[in-house]
Amino acid sequence: MPPTSTHDLIVVGGGLIGSAIAWGASRAGADVILLDEGDVAFRAARGNFGLIWLQGKGVGKPPYMRWSLQAGHLWREFATLLVEETGIDIGWSQPGGLQFCFSEADIEKCRRIEAETRTDGGDIAITVMDRAGVEALVPAIGPEVIGGAYSTLDSHVSPLYLLRALQQGLQARGGHYWSAAPATAVRRDQGAFAVETPRGRVAGKRIVIAAGLGAAKLAPEVGLAMPVRPERGQIVVTERVKPFFPYVGSGVRQTVEGSFLIGSSHEEAGFSEATDVSTGAALCASAIRAFPQLAEVGVVRSWGSLRVMTPDGMPIYEESERCPGAYSATCHSGVTLCSAHALILGPALAAGTLPEAVSYFRSDRFDVQAH
Amino acid sequence: MFRRIDGGDNGTAGALSFDGQAIPFRAGDTVAAALLAAGVADVRDNPVDGSRRAPYCMMGVCFECLVEIDGRQNQQACLVAAKPGMRIRRQAGARLLPEGAL
Ligand SMILES: Cc1cc2nc3c(=O)[nH]c(=O)nc-3n(C[C@H](O)[C@H](O)[C@H](O)COP(=O)(O)OP(=O)(O)OC[C@H]3O[C@@H](n4cnc5c(N)ncnc54)[C@H](O)[C@@H]3O)c2cc1C
Ligand code: FES
Repeated sequence: MPPTSTHDLIVVGGGLIGSAIAWGASRAGADVILLDEGDVAFRAARGNFGLIWLQGKGVGKPPYMRWSLQAGHLWREFATLLVEETGIDIGWSQPGGLQFCFSEADIEKCRRIEAETRTDGGDIAITVMDRAGVEALVPAIGPEVIGGAYSTLDSHVSPLYLLRALQQGLQARGGHYWSAAPATAVRRDQGAFAVETPRGRVAGKRIVIAAGLGAAKLAPEVGLAMPVRPERGQIVVTERVKPFFPYVGSGVRQTVEGSFLIGSSHEEAGFSEATDVSTGAALCASAIRAFPQLAEVGVVRSWGSLRVMTPDGMPIYEESERCPGAYSATCHSGVTLCSAHALILGPALAAGTLPEAVSYFRSDRFDVQAH
Repeated sequence: MFRRIDGGDNGTAGALSFDGQAIPFRAGDTVAAALLAAGVADVRDNPVDGSRRAPYCMMGVCFECLVEIDGRQNQQACLVAAKPGMRIRRQAGARLLPEGAL
């Protein structure tokens, strides 16, 4: 493409957030280019657990709870649109989520989440159950499970098919996806934005920085602050077995193909994506407490991947004051929020606005108040 | 189908069975190698779409070669050395756990 053509929107970062925004913006009629780094990048989009998990999300942080629940309620519409449009089965289903409890303290925590969610007006029903209640749903649970919490809103998806569908849908509509094209420099140039990449310069009227862990370095070039850091999660995957867990668990789920996913840890490991036996063993031990028959199931592989964490765990969406038309977008539950990024945020950015629902998530909340 | 690289008949080190059919093997063969050399075209039905699959990578990474070996399901035929009298059966879909299967 000639370097002179100016796109409506440049999206920097082809992970889950950037791809969802790009898809949504192009659906709203914008001419979009999505720039992505190559295989050397840290890409949570390709290493996550695939949960759309709402129970407990944003407890004590009402704006975050509302935004997450809005995303949760949008998932059915979003998944239907995406599958219809691309023909890619993204493996989304909404059997509801089960949080297993192994102690009175666990049950107490679920009750607290349920109560606080209700107090904050969260649009989600959470049912706290005793063992008999859980057993009625899933007879295969182990003897140590003493109760649980269930919500019909929780669902799961195949993260890799989701990512592919978004990028394919974008391109089918005439949008551009450039891989191996990391943004190395971003600047404002006569009312437009210019991005340097190894594949050439790209120009756009507006730009959104959604480069995951790569955003911390890039954002300041257009007057944005995205102080994100890595938090490692490890996941263990088993061989395929006949389905016996037809719900979604927070630390264990069975894919449509039959594999169990066991995860994910929360570790401070810098930029290391390595795995280690002790973390994997701890993850598996708690999965076996829920389902003892997993003890003899074969492990197929395991991996580590880096979450993109803000200082308070909530998202950042903001327009730059210094460079209007430049936006930031980051969060730590990009699967869960994908529907809202695609159906609300993407179209809003195509129109050059930020949705009212995200006005809380500015980065100046991290600034220290000096009195 | 497949031919041994050395072409000739170097004798056998024994025989195993695949769904009741006797399969001769040579010393050093894996179960997958023995099955392919004997002209077995596919060894399992995929749990997602039921399609028939055969060993592919022959080095333990693709999981296409799953079979039941001596009563144990989901075994990678390319990683298991052939032994006389082994009873191999076609892997039909996903493994059925002995307990908890509904
Ligand atoms: C182990 C684990 C489990 C998880 N489980 C869940 C879950 O169950 N549910 C859930 O909702 N979320 C989950 N997440 C989080 C989810 O994966 C992330 O929130 C989401 O992927 C973040 O999207 P992102 O686009 O910000 O970053 P990423 O998906 O990491 O993508 C960032 C992209 O930016 C690109 N990039 C970087 N620098 C540049 C540059 N300079 N120029 C251009 N491109 C660049 C990279 O190539 C990459 O493709 C999990 C994460 C991990 C690690
Ligand atoms: S043939 Fe690939 S794992 Fe056995």
